[in-house]
Amino acid sequence: MAKRIDVKDLDIYYGDFKAVEGVTMTVEPRSVTAFIGPSGCGKSTVLRTLNRMHEVIPGARVHGSVLLDDQDLYARTVDPVGVRRTVGMVFQRPNPFPTMSIRDNVAAGLRLNGITSKSKVNEVVEKSLRGANLWNEVKDRLDKPGAGLSGGQQQRLCIARAIAVEPQVLLMDEPCSALDPISTLAIEDLINELKSSYTIVIVTHNMQQAARVSDRTAFFNLKATGEPGRLVEIDDTHKIFNNPTQQATEDYISGRFG
Amino acid sequence: MSTLTAPETAAGPSGPSQFSHRSGTRGTKNVIATGVMWAAFLVALVPLAWIMWVVLSKGWDVLASATWWQKDQSGALPPGFDHAVRGGRHAVVGTLLMATLTSVIAVPIAVLTAIYLVEYGRGRTARLVSFMVDILSGIPSIVAALFIFAVWVTTFGLKLVPACASLALAMLMIPVVTRSTEEMLKLVPNELREASYALGVPKWRTIVKVVLPTAFSGIVTGVLLGFARVAGETAPLLLLAAYSPYLNQNLFSGSMGALPTLINNQFLNIADPISADRVWGAAATLILLVLVINLLGRLVGRFAKVHR
Repeated sequence: MAKRIDVKDLDIYYGDFKAVEGVTMTVEPRSVTAFIGPSGCGKSTVLRTLNRMHEVIPGARVHGSVLLDDQDLYARTVDPVGVRRTVGMVFQRPNPFPTMSIRDNVAAGLRLNGITSKSKVNEVVEKSLRGANLWNEVKDRLDKPGAGLSGGQQQRLCIARAIAVEPQVLLMDEPCSALDPISTLAIEDLINELKSSYTIVIVTHNMQQAARVSDRTAFFNLKATGEPGRLVEIDDTHKIFNNPTQQATEDYISGRFG
Repeated sequence: MSTLTAPETAAGPSGPSQFSHRSGTRGTKNVIATGVMWAAFLVALVPLAWIMWVVLSKGWDVLASATWWQKDQSGALPPGFDHAVRGGRHAVVGTLLMATLTSVIAVPIAVLTAIYLVEYGRGRTARLVSFMVDILSGIPSIVAALFIFAVWVTTFGLKLVPACASLALAMLMIPVVTRSTEEMLKLVPNELREASYALGVPKWRTIVKVVLPTAFSGIVTGVLLGFARVAGETAPLLLLAAYSPYLNQNLFSGSMGALPTLINNQFLNIADPISADRVWGAAATLILLVLVINLLGRLVGRFAKVHR
């Protein structure tokens, strides 16, 4: 079910402001691709164009194309809602729905899309929670509010919620930056398990994390303040961290940046 | 003003301190500012307590009698000849009926307007709508009543019914509920909307299933405050819903009493102690009604509590 993403000559604008320029890359299926780079370089923006989430912000638009197994996400006939069903997303801060129980949170994607059969929902809830390594911790309190869990558990709940709708691709926008090291480890283990069945793209500020979890790494940078962000290089993680092609990448990796 | 405390004199350990002493003028200013704020609070509290005390003490006997809640004013003799307070049931029922119809008209319009303004509205149209809501909230109730009269009677030539008052009251309730709902919708974190979009949920379903439930208790509180406001509104009733001393449960025919119009009607003969009792009784009933509705709002808010 995992799909490949091809990004070609992608420019991203917020109104008249060009935020990101000329991104061309390929994200391989069943692998983890990490986006690294300094704040404001556009890595989250690029991530959000991969499921058309950036369109939520008024005035945001793109030039170029994003192909999901050769199908253009930005073709005129494509419904962004359908894109987001195929390309799921996990956010920086855990954001379970505060009015819903743990079960309802996981089932939210199904219910909100019209699947209400109780046995089907329960089956998917269990499968997703097991998939997110959370089942054993919450199986006795599925009807308790999702917001009552710890931060790390909430984030895994959000991952369970995202995989419950069976997306082809999972985008993660700094999923561990609000979590402690132990919860971070739990999420990283989970990413390692999920990559056998999903294409995963993860934005992270933590270079050790990128080195730990990803197969390929993309380094983004700004030429200067006020200039659009751009992709400096993308390569195997091992190569990026040990022998990058670009000087800018090496400077950033080795902490000589800026 | 016994709540004020004298400025504490800095009685720290002797010897040179690495911290500077609190400056005397700042301490004085703090005491003065605290005093002024407590005074302002008490000044605001005095009329409230006074009104509550006067109305409840004078209306208590009426409220405590079962007749007041069971009977209407039928059988009342002309002022000066009557020796019984009789009932206010017709007015309580009338107020509740008219305010409920008002809410039925106003709440959907107000909530939908608020949803438009917060979730969809962009640019000039949204600014125009928002401006219109501001204008509407500044309309005097008597003008709203005249407008309904002009439309209902002058333009369409229809006969006035109690529901006309609800139409005018709805004009007053819409801006109140719109503004409070807007604030509540703005409080819903954007992250929740994004979480829902990321699951492939369309925007309208996100609003119905995620945004509105999260803001529900706040919206209900706003609606009940609006309800309480229109329940005590008088001018539209005077113009559009003729007072009747008899119980009328049909909003679409005849005339209908309400608590504010009962007060107005009896105030005409306030020199008569029986009429005066009725006025205080109706006033106390109105306050009690608003109080109960507000408590109900709190209760709904507690049950629908959002878990954070």
